[in-house]
Amino acid sequence: MTVNPSGWRPSTPANEEGEAHTVTGNRALMLEEPLIFEIGTTEQTGVDFECSPAKAGAQGDASAAPSGAPGPRPAPGNRLAGLERSRPIGLPGLSEPETVRHYTRLSRQNYAIDLGLFPLGSCTMKHNPRLNEKVARLPGFADVHPLQPQETVQGALQVINELAFWLLDLTGMYGVAMSPKAGAHGELCGLLCIRAALEARGDKREVVLVPESAHGTNPATAAFAGYRVENIPANAAGRVDLEALKARLGPDVAAVMITNPNTCGLFEPDMKAISDAVHAAGAFVYCDGANFNAIVGKVRPGDLGIDAMHINLHKTFSTPHGGGGPGSGPVVLSEALAPYGPLPFVAKYPDGTYKIVEEENAGAEHPNAFGRMVAFHGQMGMFTRALAYILSHGADGLKQVAEDAVLNANYILRSLSDVLDAPFAKSGPCMHEAIFSDRGFANDVNTLDLAKALIDEGFHPMTMYFPLVVHGAMLVEPTETESKASLDQFIMALRSIAERARAGDPSLKAAPVYAPRRRLDETLAARKPILTYKQPEAPEAAE
Amino acid sequence: MRYLPLSDADRREMLRVIGAGSIDELFKDVPEEARLTGPIHGLPMHASEMAVERHMTELSRKNMVAGDVPFFLGCGAYRHHVPASVDHIIQRGEFLTSYTPYQPEIAQGTLQMLFEFQTQVARLFGCEVANASMYDGSTAMWEAILMAHRITRRNKTIISSGVHPHYVKVAETLAQFSEDALATALPELSAVPDTERLIAKIGPETSAVVVQYPDILGRIADLSPIAEAAHAAGALLIAVVTEPVALGLIKSPGEMGADIVVGEGQSIGVGLQFGGPYVGLFACREKHVRQMPGRLAGETVDAEGKRGFVLTLSTREQHIRREKATSNICTSSVLCALAFTVHLTLLGEKGLRQLASLNHARACEAADRLAAIPGLQLVNDSFFNEFTLNLPVEARPAVHALVERGILGGVSLGRLYPGAEALQNGLVVAVTETATDEDIHALEAALKEVVR
Repeated sequence: MTVNPSGWRPSTPANEEGEAHTVTGNRALMLEEPLIFEIGTTEQTGVDFECSPAKAGAQGDASAAPSGAPGPRPAPGNRLAGLERSRPIGLPGLSEPETVRHYTRLSRQNYAIDLGLFPLGSCTMKHNPRLNEKVARLPGFADVHPLQPQETVQGALQVINELAFWLLDLTGMYGVAMSPKAGAHGELCGLLCIRAALEARGDKREVVLVPESAHGTNPATAAFAGYRVENIPANAAGRVDLEALKARLGPDVAAVMITNPNTCGLFEPDMKAISDAVHAAGAFVYCDGANFNAIVGKVRPGDLGIDAMHINLHKTFSTPHGGGGPGSGPVVLSEALAPYGPLPFVAKYPDGTYKIVEEENAGAEHPNAFGRMVAFHGQMGMFTRALAYILSHGADGLKQVAEDAVLNANYILRSLSDVLDAPFAKSGPCMHEAIFSDRGFANDVNTLDLAKALIDEGFHPMTMYFPLVVHGAMLVEPTETESKASLDQFIMALRSIAERARAGDPSLKAAPVYAPRRRLDETLAARKPILTYKQPEAPEAAE
Repeated sequence: MRYLPLSDADRREMLRVIGAGSIDELFKDVPEEARLTGPIHGLPMHASEMAVERHMTELSRKNMVAGDVPFFLGCGAYRHHVPASVDHIIQRGEFLTSYTPYQPEIAQGTLQMLFEFQTQVARLFGCEVANASMYDGSTAMWEAILMAHRITRRNKTIISSGVHPHYVKVAETLAQFSEDALATALPELSAVPDTERLIAKIGPETSAVVVQYPDILGRIADLSPIAEAAHAAGALLIAVVTEPVALGLIKSPGEMGADIVVGEGQSIGVGLQFGGPYVGLFACREKHVRQMPGRLAGETVDAEGKRGFVLTLSTREQHIRREKATSNICTSSVLCALAFTVHLTLLGEKGLRQLASLNHARACEAADRLAAIPGLQLVNDSFFNEFTLNLPVEARPAVHALVERGILGGVSLGRLYPGAEALQNGLVVAVTETATDEDIHALEAALKEVVR
């Protein structure tokens, strides 16, 4: 075992008693796995190419390889402008069985929805239906080039158009920009539409108002779009302070970014009044749609006066999170903003054909577009999945999704509010996520300790320390795809840990004990960043 | 409904525990007038797996599948063979259905994979560090321009005429809001890229020069003179790579002095997918890492001293820094990064060189055959697996005429540069290892007819 170079230790020593040591470092199904740079070589490969090399031109020829540089080199007469690589790249290869084993072993060190409840608040970790994976891999979707002539991609364009149609139906909005690649990218798209609409009327405004409880992407996006960010306070009930907001509105305010349901898991009951006040001041309402799962099929944002809202297809519409993307963030727009939406988009024509509106024909069809956000057409692979999801649920199923998501969250809220402080529980039910604080924890036990103890119980922790307006916040979003039995087991585990936290149980500081790794030293990682593998200078002695 | 586990009995029991008389009581904060009373209008009721699959399959059949026809499209998205094990790995539920690794103790799989990915990207690009991926190549390029702006505290960027026009449009769109000034130009159908022009434009206010390598017409130029000129003026060189397979054969941009190298990783492991999701690659010098956007995996130790990995340097990021963050990016493209890294691990250095050699050989053969067609000219002196033909006729109708003959023959510059008269006869042809001799002969024969 290597020496811990930082000397960092958890505040309570690990309990070593009864722990078996093995010569491999493995523990039965818990298998240690080295880096590819430690097991692969530049000579090994898991891909075979045709035995007979291509006949003409500058073929690959293994015999031409200089010593030290693996693999074939281009023959003289190539067209590479004299820029052939002369030095090794340093890319290790593995045979196919080694590759499959390496990544399979790594995969087993991950928690996942497929393994259990994943209650990350505002992340909507719901089951990812496998039908969606299957349809996204149909060759007609997976093996189609984005610049193919449009007569050869009518089915792909129809998918985009159908999904756009249902997103508008579900939100009651007027237009939709499909190309943004993720939620934060959608936020940027929405703000740029707002900026373009304001500029079109010669109105230069500089400020975007963001509630204190907002996700970090909201202020970051507003700054990215060139705005100055100001916070608006929350009231004691965890909602936007309407009077404070009204008092701040003025001719310098371009937009207000609201998350609804908000990050405390609460619906903003004054949403329509907020929208009316914002519109009366000549500004626009941006809604962060991260929490749309709570209201899909129940409320249409368009009926609440919202001008722009991104929809995380990877949340509400079940496309897989994939360990941190790819996401997809279409933005629905009000009638006032739709003319400014970005290129490209898909239009349906009366003869039943579909056409991409892009730079070439925008002048005639969409002259006020603010520009383009990405190469190509957006996350097609996510569109097919989301469309399959929407069609599978239908109108009745999506309404049930919202109802069950809210029911599950309230069940957790009420089942634990005797052992965990629930700051807003007195004011009524929550929406799709329940929020708790660390009030009542004793002996320096904190939210992080509780989260790490949940890992040992076989659950992914909830969102921690967010939103910032609740002390030691724990934001629990079970989603609708959890059974009652799964919720009951989670409640039992969290209840037990909460009781230990209230009793100040010091062993919580050592958690997790059973995970593939104990607590990791994040300070060391940031102070001396090691971001790529470097060959050790002297080989370490094996232990 | 097959995705919803709760039974009606469960729901009644849970409402009883909650103390609510009905589900509607849980929605009481939603103003009555905004609440929908029944299922939403328009959308059909729920459907069986079979019915949905049937509908989606029908739609998929309306597309011409690249693998079914002679296929020669590139310009930022390339068709390569992806080994079957790549798709198997990315469908492992532990990768597919996990989240951003905020709890590193139970996300070592994703974190170690990202650390490996970062190392592979850095080595391939000839840079010291790389991040855990961006949305795609076009957004990565814009983030690189912003990063150069932060580093140099200058806001004038010169973009080569050889950069993909969509990438340029993305940068132009966002530059309107960030007070960045971009100098751009249309490409010319010339044998060599615009190195001289770029160097001449560099001045004391230049923040960065952006060059695509190989460029949109497939041409390859030595980046060293541009790097030297940029550095002499205190500016940075940003290189954009849309076909990373090329780097199996040709020098990396980092080797030639590029400070930031970004790219589109689609061509390794990801597949065409009609344009997305793809994976943006982003690499730079170690001294600039704190100005870098996006997620970073870093090595550390756990409480027992065991090596482990965490997300690090997050003080650059929006969830900590809010409006002062280096970028608003939150999601990256981890599953596509996984596909990239698995494919590259299968290839290894030897396989990547073989793959690149095969691509170049196929492209050389195709270029020689097509350039021999009377009236056609090969524009490029240099290329990797993609080159531009100057046709005696407009390329856009020619592409449609090729489709009528069952061939996806290339990307017309008219599609990419509408209105640019001088480019209308340009056809960009990409030839990868997936193109057979028969495919190349079919394109040759069809082009002869089409240009006649």
